[in-house]
Amino acid sequence: MSEFEPKIITILCNWCTYGAADLAGVSRFQYPPNIRVIRVPCSGRVSPKMILSAFHNGADGVWISGCHPGDCHYITGNYYARRKFMLLKNFLEYNGIEPGRIHFSWISSAEGVKFAEVARDVVESVRQLGPAKYFIKKELDDNDLCSCLNKSNPDNNLAKNILEEQAA
Amino acid sequence: MSNNSVTGAVLVAGGGIGGIQAALDLANSGYYVYMVEKSPSIGGVMAQLDKTFPTNDCSMCIMSPKLVEVGRHINIELITLAEIKDVRGEQGSFEVDVFQKARYVDMTKCIACGACSEKCPKKVDDLYNAGLAKRKAIYVPYPQAVPLKYAIDADNCIMLTKGKCGNCEKTCPAGAINYNDKDKNLTLKVGSIILAPGFNTYNPSGKAIYNYDASKDVVTSIEFERYLSASGPNQGHVVRPSDNAHPHKIAWLQCVGSRDINTCGNGYCSSVCCMYAIKQAIIAKEHDPSLDCTIFYMDMRTHGKGFESCYNEAKNKHGIKFVRCKVHSIFTQGEKLNNEEQLYIEAVQNKEPVEDSGEQSAKKSKKESKNKNIKQYQVLNYFDEESGKVVNELYDIVVLSVGMEISSETRELAKKIGIELTSGGFIKTSSFDPVATTKDGVYVCGAVQGPKDIPQSVVEAGGAAMRAGTALAAARNTLTKKTPERTEIDIKGERPRVGVFVCHCGSNIASVIDVAAVRDYAATLPYVEYVATNMYSCSQDAQDGIANIVKEKQLNRMIVAACSPRTHEPLFQETLLSAGINKYLFEMVNIRNHGSWVHKDYPLEATQKAKDLVRMAVAKSVLLEPLAEADLNIDQNVVVIGGGISGMTAAKSLADQGYKVNIIEQNTSLGGQAANLYQTAGRAMIQEGLENLTSQITSHENITVFTGAEIEDVEGFVGNFKTTISSCCDSSAASKCGCSSLNSDKDGAASGTNSKTIEHGVTIIATGASELKPTEYMYGQDKRIVTGIELDKIFINNDPALLEAKSAVFIQCVGSREPQRPYCSRICCSHSVLSALHLKEKNPDMNIFILYRDIRTYGEKELLYKEAREKGIIFIRYGLPNKPEVYIDNDKLNIKVIDHVLKMPIVIEADLLTLASAVVPYKDEKLAQFFKVPLNEDGFFVEAHVKLAPSDFATDGVFLCGLAHYPKPIDESIAQAQAAASSALRLLSKKTIKTQGTIAEVNQTICSGCGVCVSVCPYNAPSLRVSNKNEGRPKLHEGKAEINPVLCKGCGACVSSCRSGALKLKGFDDGQLLAMIESAMNF
Repeated sequence: MSEFEPKIITILCNWCTYGAADLAGVSRFQYPPNIRVIRVPCSGRVSPKMILSAFHNGADGVWISGCHPGDCHYITGNYYARRKFMLLKNFLEYNGIEPGRIHFSWISSAEGVKFAEVARDVVESVRQLGPAKYFIKKELDDNDLCSCLNKSNPDNNLAKNILEEQAA
Repeated sequence: MSNNSVTGAVLVAGGGIGGIQAALDLANSGYYVYMVEKSPSIGGVMAQLDKTFPTNDCSMCIMSPKLVEVGRHINIELITLAEIKDVRGEQGSFEVDVFQKARYVDMTKCIACGACSEKCPKKVDDLYNAGLAKRKAIYVPYPQAVPLKYAIDADNCIMLTKGKCGNCEKTCPAGAINYNDKDKNLTLKVGSIILAPGFNTYNPSGKAIYNYDASKDVVTSIEFERYLSASGPNQGHVVRPSDNAHPHKIAWLQCVGSRDINTCGNGYCSSVCCMYAIKQAIIAKEHDPSLDCTIFYMDMRTHGKGFESCYNEAKNKHGIKFVRCKVHSIFTQGEKLNNEEQLYIEAVQNKEPVEDSGEQSAKKSKKESKNKNIKQYQVLNYFDEESGKVVNELYDIVVLSVGMEISSETRELAKKIGIELTSGGFIKTSSFDPVATTKDGVYVCGAVQGPKDIPQSVVEAGGAAMRAGTALAAARNTLTKKTPERTEIDIKGERPRVGVFVCHCGSNIASVIDVAAVRDYAATLPYVEYVATNMYSCSQDAQDGIANIVKEKQLNRMIVAACSPRTHEPLFQETLLSAGINKYLFEMVNIRNHGSWVHKDYPLEATQKAKDLVRMAVAKSVLLEPLAEADLNIDQNVVVIGGGISGMTAAKSLADQGYKVNIIEQNTSLGGQAANLYQTAGRAMIQEGLENLTSQITSHENITVFTGAEIEDVEGFVGNFKTTISSCCDSSAASKCGCSSLNSDKDGAASGTNSKTIEHGVTIIATGASELKPTEYMYGQDKRIVTGIELDKIFINNDPALLEAKSAVFIQCVGSREPQRPYCSRICCSHSVLSALHLKEKNPDMNIFILYRDIRTYGEKELLYKEAREKGIIFIRYGLPNKPEVYIDNDKLNIKVIDHVLKMPIVIEADLLTLASAVVPYKDEKLAQFFKVPLNEDGFFVEAHVKLAPSDFATDGVFLCGLAHYPKPIDESIAQAQAAASSALRLLSKKTIKTQGTIAEVNQTICSGCGVCVSVCPYNAPSLRVSNKNEGRPKLHEGKAEINPVLCKGCGACVSSCRSGALKLKGFDDGQLLAMIESAMNF
């Protein structure tokens, strides 16, 4: 395929959304093959560092999905997840990750259709954004540092200072 | 009867939620269970529901773990497509004749791939979808069905009816089809029988007034439930069935087939319809907030826990309209014609005579063909109470809230085996033994005992299991099977040796994914020592083959790339275990449900995805460790807190099974609220019943009673509680009280300051509730004004003054359903109606008025309400803004109320005014903290799950029953006490609990002791280490967190919340998950 195909790390809770994905399979609801699913007991298990690690390792998008609020198999896990994700999403967006790269959803194990729909939406929204640009792990050299600090901006004194310091 | 003749097996008839719960309770406490189910799979009506009220939980999500548990249980034998034909013998040793229809599919071979169904040419009405969709003649009833095995519908299969076709046999990759399968007659030997056949919904077909036969847009509530469901015929999109247009207005008509002796003979209330109508209206509104939803009702009966607030939210938050009116009939109206000539098409004109109720959809397809070009609306013609006028309104869809009925087969069976029925046709039980039928050894649960909701069915299921098991206690563990103990090979220090098995699943995977390529790719991955493919990895021979290879190649990690771990992980773990390897060294890759089935048109990408997923699994698996499932002994003693009817029943249930029970009662005598009550709705005399129970308790060799006792401290957790009590009953009662034994204890020697520590494995909380002392209606200012309980005392004492009273008034909802106490107290309507009837019996000339807001005589208690009206008791409805006024004029007690018919104030002079006062909980926060169990905002204890675990707490080892849970009458309290005891028995009978392997663990050297994990965990598993005062020196890592492996459920919420990174979740640890993420990217 010539078109850009995004790579999306997907973390699903065992009890609801993983079940929905199974049901989508049983019902043969088709969706694009761009997601790589990791099964966890509960969306409350998902730690922000997993999301950061996904971007760090070159994922173009991340999708986390758990039980509907109030439906958690572990009573309250998804509420904690929801709070964490809201903060993290703001933080990532503040740091330059586009809003459409990170997705959170709540899909019950009876919602096979919804799973396929959301999977299509997630893949499509990441596809629109093109390959991920930020947070990707690589060896740093001066050019990277400058680009990170946006050397081209004449007002960016910090970049200048760092480069001068390094030169000295 | 000698013990030898008691059979340690139970037959559970019916595989709905009630039957499932009873079967699990029994199978987990030492009895072998035969579950006989009429259809090809278990699940019952609950499996058809979209959501469950009042929390709107997804029905299938909460139910499917139970289905799977039943399907996999070593001591439950599922007998599907089967019915009981006859029962011989007596309690303890029954012989049951069961007729099992042929399935025509070999369950041992069927892999549920669905290829047969895809190729089957015959379409049949899908009953799971209430006939609104089609299925094939070879089918599973629904995707999550248990057993997940196909079955041929013999009435419709072309091969079986006409002898040609044979497509499924040709298609089936596993060779599971057997057209020569035969019906079987089985004889089962069991000690007890539990009947849980459930209910049918009332069929409105043939009743012209409902317009159901004439219009597709009039649907029953079960049909509407399927329309709402994401797995239903419209994937959850609600449309107007006649033309698939977007609906704007939907009406629900309550009491269709209930409280109706006119169009049908069902005089009882079906108990659940008000709540499910509210639920459906809320869900419909959530789908489309612009929808106009109206519920037409007679009395809104939201008498359960959380129901009234759901009702209030429906009104105030969701904007659902409630109209009090029994709509007399529905008409269809076409829109095309002009207003003057509006065409009313009387249902009668369109109606086809209906003989067979089962063929609704064929009939529905015939109708309306005449009116294809005309948009159809349903006209409701009703009397609006507020305006006092007749209103004519058009609706797109009318939902008939159909009631519950018992099938004629069930009634016939009951008759045949000699079980009495009630006048409503339900199975008869008594107030003090609510789950026992009139035939010894045959018990009952669920709607067949009387209309009821899911939690009440689950409660009764526990009660029935308790009663059925107690009768067979002598034969416990005689027929159950045990899983063999296996020794594991110690792999510590070994280099990972991974085996990867890739499954073809016939053509299910292999037709899309290049299985050989995935296998060859896996061979190139680090640590992979062996790769292979299987045609069916789950088949018995493949399992044996895999186990041999694991042994032969000395593999210490196993990966199977096949279907879903949710269904197959336990099977492969078992295989690994049989090869001597710890079962947690297993990883499953889902390349079917998440691969071939959903990427049919992208074979290359699907193959690449499968390779990636295998690589990720290998990366994780090398980091897996063998995990231990620790055994924890369960102390075999029981503490029951509360000595009312509930507490005593729970205690007796467990004591009868041989456990030592301690009852801790705060008051100086046993009995609780029951000591003040006169009779039950079933007209049983409560004082007699209570006396009987109390004497059984005090003389029971296994029960110790502590009266006047206070709990001082509680330590420990499931299996190992230590409860310290102080008991101070006076010495005169000491002979009966446990403190006499307490005095003889060496450590409690000093009399007077009796303090004793009881060690126990489980706790049952049955602390009850009390009646509100009213602060309104002049209560306390005149002796003619009494509360409901005070009236019962008058009845008990048979006060002669009663005969002189000429007029009596009852005021309902005193302190209930008010802003400061929003819940309904559930029992007061029935209680007042019953008391009024008793007064009438004493003095037929007495004038009796009941001032009410909604009469909530749910279930067969409705018959009391009917009787009361027949006997001339007058019911006057009042609204919250116009509450009755009570005043005394010239020593005359007057009650002024606005009559709902006259709409004018009337004054009633009364000699007796009874205030039906609310049931208020004790709000015992200290007790809640002792056992780490929550209270809700009203002050009642919060159960583990509102639907499926009503007598359990989220905290293991602590159980709940009676009024402490929610107001309920005596029969329901007794059933719940038995259910709580049954839950406790599940634990006790195991003697040890196995912790699960995938639980959290703390590295105390890193832990900062911040306590976030403690606050995050809903199960109280983490705690901060405290030194024991008696040990001289501080404990190692004092103040640092530790996890109680028994309480941890392995959700990982604490792990991802730990700021120090001190917590790990075994089996799903950061390192393992990050390894998957890192290795995922090479695609």
